[in-house]
Formats: sequence, structure tokens, C-alpha cells
Amino acid sequence: MANTDFHLQFQEFEDDQGFIESNQGATTVTIDDPVKSRKQRKATGTALEEETDPLDSNDKTELLSGERKSAPFWTFEFYQTLFDVDSHQVKNRIIGSILPWPGKNFVEVYLRSNPDLYGPFWICATLVFAIAISGNISDFLVNYGQPKLKYVPDFRKVTMAATAIYSYAWLVPLALWGFLTWRNRKITSLVSYSFMQIVCVYGYSLSIYIPAVILWIIPNEGLRWFSIVVALCLSGSVLVMTFWPAIRDDKPRVIIAIIATIVILHVLLAVGCKTCFFSTYEMIPLSEVHNKTLKATSTLSS
Amino acid sequence: MAEVEESSKPLFAGLSDISISEDIPVEGDISVPVSSQNADNDLSTLDEPVKDTILRDLRAVGQKFVHVMYPKKSSALLRDWDLWGPLLLCVTLALMLQGGSADSEEDGRPQFAEVFVIIWFGSVIITLNSKLLGGTISFFQSLCVLGYCILPLTVAMIVCRIVLLGGTGGVSFAVRLVVVTASFGWSTFASTAFLADSQPANRKALVVYPVFLFYFVIGWMILTFSTSQ
Repeated sequence: MANTDFHLQFQEFEDDQGFIESNQGATTVTIDDPVKSRKQRKATGTALEEETDPLDSNDKTELLSGERKSAPFWTFEFYQTLFDVDSHQVKNRIIGSILPWPGKNFVEVYLRSNPDLYGPFWICATLVFAIAISGNISDFLVNYGQPKLKYVPDFRKVTMAATAIYSYAWLVPLALWGFLTWRNRKITSLVSYSFMQIVCVYGYSLSIYIPAVILWIIPNEGLRWFSIVVALCLSGSVLVMTFWPAIRDDKPRVIIAIIATIVILHVLLAVGCKTCFFSTYEMIPLSEVHNKTLKATSTLSS
Repeated sequence: MAEVEESSKPLFAGLSDISISEDIPVEGDISVPVSSQNADNDLSTLDEPVKDTILRDLRAVGQKFVHVMYPKKSSALLRDWDLWGPLLLCVTLALMLQGGSADSEEDGRPQFAEVFVIIWFGSVIITLNSKLLGGTISFFQSLCVLGYCILPLTVAMIVCRIVLLGGTGGVSFAVRLVVVTASFGWSTFASTAFLADSQPANRKALVVYPVFLFYFVIGWMILTFSTSQ
């Protein structure tokens, strides 16, 4: 009863800063997650007004979530519910996936019951084109000092990058979700994530790679490895912290296995993209090789 | 009960007085006068010479080109949408990105089918995206707008090919970069001028970003085009 009253009040004062301030002194007995995490955020002093707005709208959608997701999956309305996000929500989710905060679980804080497909899809698309374009630019820069400059953009990179990234963003969450659901039958843990939520987490966690890939244009090996390590640490920690509540009640060996798999797959994606699409030659050795081949061909032709 | 029946009798008693008198005519003309004019129009466009039909379509396409080049917030592009213009532009762009020479070794440049698929598939995905986000624009209207706004990039492609005839040095690259960047900005601005009004206010950025990415990729393909010598 108190819950519904609180939620009803909550709905009316959605955009009112006064209500939020007056609520700080209230000693409500509700132990819902939304209230708790909101109070935690207030305590840590990160209470921006724009952060409370997605919270309010998400609470509203939580109330209606029974009606919202009841459209069958072959209708257009079902997919419209998966795109029910605003610009600032997407921005907050991207920031939340880049900066891991020890208390905040990505799914709890940002996704709630409103996973979206907009973020994962367009972040993957941007990443595909960023890899293809940066790979072409870095090849061009490496070959720039060559006398026989004949630069042709390699368009096959786009299709290869698209296949790799989209399969990572869809197949790994599918496998993880299947595994977690199977474990959930044996060990009833507190938290279980839906498939869309896992896809959403993985999609947003790839967003840190976009600036890293753009940094890879500079043909400096030290800089490339440094940016890979930084990106891996940030997004890997977000992933681990997200899945920790779902698996912490399991046997220790299974926990270690799952976390190791998540991290290793993430590392493989980053390192694989780097080695496949970006040539690792420095500028000087390549020019020496080219000069040698030029001399060889000239001696052969003479 | 009997009293009610008695009181209801005068109510229904008047019904017996209603009758259709025979001097009111029950005939009339119920044909819609407009349909006869439509039938005349259909007959007239069927009878006209082919040159008139083609010229009418070309004039419509040309008028939309003018709307794209000077994007004001007019709804003419949205009202009478057609897909001839986008097809023309897409085929022209894909043909010009071929290079003309048969170099089978360096086959890294995009094939005709790849350019075609990217443009049409990309337009369809952006339209689906804007509809899923709650846009009020119809599917084909959005395809029409996105296709017509490729016009500045096609013009940039023509300019790039002319510049490439003069050489592939740093100066030509700088000129091409400036031209492609300007036309890419123009395309994005023109298409958002038409598309942004149909979106709810808090999702405009979510709709504009895929359009930006789409024209950026097309601009990239134009910029990296090089003829083999």
C-alpha cells in the first residue's frame, strides 16, 4: 500500500525538484531497489537532475512493464518497446559503460527493466566503420613514404569487421544467457538477467573501443597496446561487475571459469581486430624492404 | 402497469401519422461529380505522348533537386515522394565509383553492388530506426528524403573526378577533402531539415546520428576513390 502510494506520488512529481528535495528527509519504509539506489546516489553526491529523469521514467515503465512487453515478437510494436529510449538515456548509458563505478551495477542502475537495442546496434555499426576507416588510414600512413604509392582502399575490411563484431555482440550474450539460465535452475541466485539485458550490456561495453580504434591510426605500437589495455580494463571491469551478482552464489570454480571466459573473449576481440585490420609494420623497416625489392626487380629486368 | 401503458400510448400514437406522402420524389442523382473528372484525367494521361510523361517526371525530380540544394523547411519533398531521383543518384554514384579501368589485381575498391547495397540498405535501416523511435514519417517518404539528399555528395564525386584528372598530389587531396567535407555537411543538414520535424523532441539526436554516419561513410568512399594510372 505504502509502495503504491509512493509510486503514485512519484509519477505526479516527475519534473519537480522540490519533491525530490523534500523526499530526502522522508523516512519511508520501502525497500525497493529504485529508492535505495537513488538514495545511494544522493549520498554520493551525484544527484544531477537529468539522472533522476530516466529514473522516474523507468519507474513509470516498470509499473507498466506488464502491459508494455506483452506484444508478440512478430509485431512491430514489440520492437518499438525495445527502442523506447531518449537521447540523454543513451548518453548516460554510454558514460556508465565507460566509467565503472564500484557500487553501480550497469543493469541495475542504467537499464532497469528498459533494455534497448538502439545502443548496441548503432555502437556496433559505428565500431565496424571506425575499424574499417582507421585500418585504411593507418595502411595509407604506413605506405606514405613509398615511391610506388598506389593506395587502394580495401573494402573487404568492412564486411570482415561487420561479421566479427556483430557475431561477438550477439552470440556471446546468447551463450552467456543460456549458461546463466542453466545454472539458475541449479542454484537460485538473487539476480537473473534477461537476454535483452545481456545484449544491451555487451553492446554498450563495446563503446569504449571506438576512441581506442581511432587512436590506432597512429602507427606507434606502444600507443596501440596502451590504448588496448586501458579500454580492456575499463570495459572488462564493467562486464565483470555487471555479472558478479548473478554468479557469486555459485561454486568458486564456476565463478572463475565464467569470469575468465568473459575477459578472455573480450581480449580476443580487441587483439584480433588489431592484428587483422592494422598492419604492425613501422615505417622504416617497410621502406627498406621496398627498396630491396625495387633493386631486385631492377636487376632482374636489366 | 396499465397506467404506464396508457401513458405510453400517446407517445406511440403519433407514429401512425408518419407516412411518406406520395408527392415527395424519392429519386435523385447520387453520382459523385468528381469521379467523372478523374476518369477524364486518366484518359488524358494515357493519350499523351511519351515525351510529355517523361518530361513531367523529370521536372518533378528536378524540382526536388532544387529543394535539396536550397533546403528550406518546405514539405514539398515529403508530400509527393518518388524514388526515381534516389535511383538515378545511386546508380550515377555507383558507376562513378567504379573507376572505369579493369584492374583485377587491386580489387579492393567497392564494387557496384556494394555501393548500391550500402546506399539502399543503409536508407532502409535508418528509416526503420526512425520509425522504431516513434517517428511520424512514412517509410517511403523517409527513403525519398535520404535518397535525394545524396545529391550534394554526387556533385562532390563529379568534382573529385575532375580534380583527379589534374593529378593525385597533396593539393588535389586537400581540394577533394574540402569539397567532400562541405558536401557531406550539406547532405546531413538538408536531410535533418526534412526529417527532424517528424521526431519527438527528446530523440532528435538519436535519429540524426545514423544519418550522419550514413553520409560519412558515403563521403569516405568518395574521398578514397582513386583512378589507376
